[in-house]
Amino acid sequence: MRVKVLSRNPDDYVRETKLDLQRVPRNYDPALHPFEVAREYVRALNATKLERVFAKPFLSSLDGHRDGVNCIAKHPKSLSTVLSGACDGEVRIWNLTKRQCIRALQAHEGFVRGMCARFCGTSFFTVGDDKTVKQWKMESPGYGEEEEPIHTILGKTVYTGIDHHWKDAVFATCGQQVDIWDEQRTSPMCSLTWGFDSISSVKFNPIETYLLGSCASDRNIVLYDMRQSTPLKKVILNMRTNTLCWNPMEAFIFTAANEDYNLYTFDMRYLTSPVMVHMDHVSAVLDVDYSPTGKEFVSASFDKSVRIFPVDKGHSREVYHTKRMQHVITVKWTSDNKYILCGSDEMNIRLWKANASEKLGVLAPREKAAMNYNQKLKEKFQHHPQIKRIARHRHLPKSIYCQIKEQRIMREARRRKELNRRKHSKPGSVPVVSEKKKHIVAVVQ
Amino acid sequence: MATVTSRAGRKCGASCRAEASRSTALCDAMAEEWLGTEAAGSGSEEEEEQDDGERRHQQLLEAVSALTGRKRRKLAERSEAGAQVSEFNVSCKGAGEKLVLSELLQPIRARSALSAVKKELNRVKQKKAVELPLSKEEAERVVREAAYVKSSKDVGKWQPVVLQNRRAEQLVFPLKEEIVAVAPLEQVVSAWKPRTPLEQEIFGLLHKTQQPITDPLLTPQEKASLQAMSLEEAKRRRAELQKARVLQSYYEAKARREKKIKSKKYHRVLKKSKRRKALKEFEMLQKSDPEAALAKLEELDQLRMEERMSLKHQNKGKWARSRAIMAKYDLEARKAMQEQLARNKELTQKVRVELPEEEPADVPEEDLTSTAIPPVSVRANKANPWMLGKPSDPAQEPDVPEDLGNAAVPVAVENKEEMSEEEEELSEEEALLQDFQQKRQARQRQSGSPEQHSEELTVLPCVCSVTEQDGSLGADETEEVSEQLPGDGSIHPVSVEEQVSPVIELPSQAQEEPLLSEQLHRVQTMEDIEALASEELTAEQEKPVIVGTEKPARRQQEGRATAKPAEKSATKKKIISLQSVLSGKLREAQCPNLPAVMVEEEDGFDQRGVITEAFAGDDVVADFNREKHKAEQAAKPQPLNLVLPGWGEWGGTGLKPSNKKIKRFLIKPAPAPPRKDQHLPHVIISEQRNIHAAAHQVSELPFPFESHQQFEQCIRTPIGSTWNTQRAFQKLTAPRVVTRAGHIIQPLSAEDVPSVAATTDSGTKLALETPPEQHKQFSRRPHKRTR
Repeated sequence: MRVKVLSRNPDDYVRETKLDLQRVPRNYDPALHPFEVAREYVRALNATKLERVFAKPFLSSLDGHRDGVNCIAKHPKSLSTVLSGACDGEVRIWNLTKRQCIRALQAHEGFVRGMCARFCGTSFFTVGDDKTVKQWKMESPGYGEEEEPIHTILGKTVYTGIDHHWKDAVFATCGQQVDIWDEQRTSPMCSLTWGFDSISSVKFNPIETYLLGSCASDRNIVLYDMRQSTPLKKVILNMRTNTLCWNPMEAFIFTAANEDYNLYTFDMRYLTSPVMVHMDHVSAVLDVDYSPTGKEFVSASFDKSVRIFPVDKGHSREVYHTKRMQHVITVKWTSDNKYILCGSDEMNIRLWKANASEKLGVLAPREKAAMNYNQKLKEKFQHHPQIKRIARHRHLPKSIYCQIKEQRIMREARRRKELNRRKHSKPGSVPVVSEKKKHIVAVVQ
Repeated sequence: MATVTSRAGRKCGASCRAEASRSTALCDAMAEEWLGTEAAGSGSEEEEEQDDGERRHQQLLEAVSALTGRKRRKLAERSEAGAQVSEFNVSCKGAGEKLVLSELLQPIRARSALSAVKKELNRVKQKKAVELPLSKEEAERVVREAAYVKSSKDVGKWQPVVLQNRRAEQLVFPLKEEIVAVAPLEQVVSAWKPRTPLEQEIFGLLHKTQQPITDPLLTPQEKASLQAMSLEEAKRRRAELQKARVLQSYYEAKARREKKIKSKKYHRVLKKSKRRKALKEFEMLQKSDPEAALAKLEELDQLRMEERMSLKHQNKGKWARSRAIMAKYDLEARKAMQEQLARNKELTQKVRVELPEEEPADVPEEDLTSTAIPPVSVRANKANPWMLGKPSDPAQEPDVPEDLGNAAVPVAVENKEEMSEEEEELSEEEALLQDFQQKRQARQRQSGSPEQHSEELTVLPCVCSVTEQDGSLGADETEEVSEQLPGDGSIHPVSVEEQVSPVIELPSQAQEEPLLSEQLHRVQTMEDIEALASEELTAEQEKPVIVGTEKPARRQQEGRATAKPAEKSATKKKIISLQSVLSGKLREAQCPNLPAVMVEEEDGFDQRGVITEAFAGDDVVADFNREKHKAEQAAKPQPLNLVLPGWGEWGGTGLKPSNKKIKRFLIKPAPAPPRKDQHLPHVIISEQRNIHAAAHQVSELPFPFESHQQFEQCIRTPIGSTWNTQRAFQKLTAPRVVTRAGHIIQPLSAEDVPSVAATTDSGTKLALETPPEQHKQFSRRPHKRTR
């Protein structure tokens, strides 16, 4: 008698050798895996929840300065090295992996106004309230040597900012005018002026390195060309711009941090209106820095918070704050796109993750795959209300929260008033001005 | 100088001279000519002296007029005949007449110097006044504008790159893979200099020994020893190597030749001889060195294990499968297959570790050990599957001695006949093979019963290898059967139990079910109570409408279920009364046509009658009621059927899942909330829109999508590995931006982008200068994939 029973051929599931991959038979017949949308939705929901649960961006605080941190500079060749200048003229060099200060030097009397490292990373420049530009070695002085600058240039006026050329031995300072210096000389190669005003910051374009951007206290942003040693164009905004930063991946894009709580991203070829107005801060924006991928930027504000904006979005995707962090004066995005450094009034430099819920350290391949999958799921279902609600939720200190509310009311009132005015006046006499155009006063040739 | 008199010219008044000297070359030339005229007219001096006073007067006037500089022309007056001074053909009749310069120059047109002068003069006359220079501000502005246009054009060349990067599905940073150049140790070491006293001391100590730091890290002594290899030795070594190489090539050539031989017979003979040789060797070994033989046996055992692990001879390979197809028609193929199977069998058969010398002593032992299961009974009980506790062992036990021999030597054991008749072996063997083949066919025709097998086993005392294979095959079949049977037996009791258990459980379940449902409604927290209350209410509201007649029974039930009958019954009465009224209405509404028509007829409206006649066929109200009923039914929550046939019981065509299972897996839904049109007999309110689901649904079309179909399509396509193959999954979940930890991302530069580098001069230079390796780098940018 023969009876049929379940029998499987071991050849179908036994590996020939130990080193072979285990064969996992899969049947992708959709009938066998029903409810794909519902299941993926649940996965997305869980991923979003977990993202919020694991969002712990604050890594550490570097303390040691005895006054507010006024400027930070990245080391161009070393990820673990960061330089910071304080309001008492002290410069400190930090090791981020150890989270320790490895060197401290008294660079200036009064504020260290600006700071930049040379492109090769062997030295750095500082400018201070004592009307000097100093060049320092990056290495700490050897045994028995004294801590002193390689070069010191004594100027006639106070310098308020400095930036180094990305490829040549040239740097630019700003103060009453924009000066471009050769490293070997004590007098500027050329001075660029357009009217008289105190210029607060100057930045070299990282891609087209002969271009410079500066912002002055008479509310304007001026572009310069170093090759022709002439200014190019000037945009006058409603309020003063504090700093600007060029996009490191898009040669003609720069972002300006303005006093009117907004950031403006401009295309330098079309200055009549900004490409994007980024609004979320509730006080003056003091500093801005692009991520090295050029997809996002971080801004520091007087409202004691740091925000991260996607370049193409009008609102921030992330806000960082702590109880103890005061007015954030300066902010930098590290060159590996992983961390954010911010220096604030209360003498601390804080290290944040650029991606709040990211897991640090080496990931196993499966972890990486899961992470990517979760990321895609979150992206896919981001418009669903429940997921959106969770993903968007952030905690804010009461002060910022209240101010946001207040400003919303104000904005609404202004809008209403304009609407009413338009309604009660001759058609066409009160034109509709777009948000982008509203903040531009003029473009001067 | 426009008008001049010849007299004045001759005397050369101071003023005239002064003027002449002040004038250009033109004037000099004219003065010379005047001097010429002076020489010509010197004869008539006396006559002219008369006019001297007059001339002086004239001169004076001239001087005076020269002071003002205006009336000079008017003063030029002629008193003499024109012929005397007509050499230039200048007519100066009146004082008011103007002398044009061109007229003055006309006679000497041929002279080139003067024509040049004339041209120049003409040009001077045509030239307009130079415009005023621009103010500084304006000039700067112009420069700025030009510079801006130029630089924005320069920057604009990045536009395509930027767009490409923005659209890229994946960007891998850093864009340019920098090659980490590790500085050689020697460089690092030599570059470092000790500074502190401690360092200096340590450095000094280290360098006393003269440790080498340059590339071949060898001390001088080592170098010397390396160099010291003698010439002879080197020669000897070379010769050795040469010889070895030659030998190897010979060997290879021979092997190739042998391999090419296609004759099957040759190979067979070869195999046989090898086999025999091995056997002989083994026997010799047994005699001479039993321990070594044992070791060999171990080795063979190892071989067997490997065979068992591998799938080498299991008729699974490509060749074997093709043979299997051919086997039906081709005897050769069949034979080959059998051979292979046999080979597998013999290789996988266990080796008994007992030396053949001890065989006679051992066999009785075996018997002794196997007394627990008497061999006779085994054979007798083979038909009975219940008796086969260990099916394989007893069946193989009788073969053991042969098996041992068989497996001991890798290539099967031969009989003594073969040993003696070495020359005729091939034909002999073939004959034998055919013989057994026939026997086997005969056996197959008898549709092999186990008894038959056993008979065969007994009849054929395993004379040769083929029979053994056959026998083992037969044994295998019996094994199969015996294995299957106990399996069947083991399944059987279970199924019996299953059949029994529902009988036991079913009544209990039937009894428990209401209890269970009550348990489900058991309240533990405040929320539960509230929820329960609301549920009950809804249930009560619903049911009377649907089934109006069951009221008393329901009330009884409810009274039993609830703890406080008095209060609730009051409320229920209220509800019921209301509902009864309403339902009454409904009943009235169900047949409104007839009375209406009656009334109308009484009233005598003919038109109504006509209409009713016209629409006599369609009963609108009934249709509506039907429709409403349908809507109600459709809105009722459906029970969820999770019954899977075949799980925990037999499944297949014609078999239904058991009632128990259906009861367990048919999930009854919670009763739906009361319909809004419950009390409205003429209305259907659709409750299609699910408020609870709406909270989870997207209400507006999100930005990048253009139509809701597009969005739905996007949502509907799963991206998980549950639904996609591994490769597709990886592709679907590839992140937009990839960065590497610990890598500095440099800003974009012209060298990164070949297209941009080509446009800029500096860029081209750089590209030309860069070595080919870097060019490769530019070209290999697979990271950037665009849509």
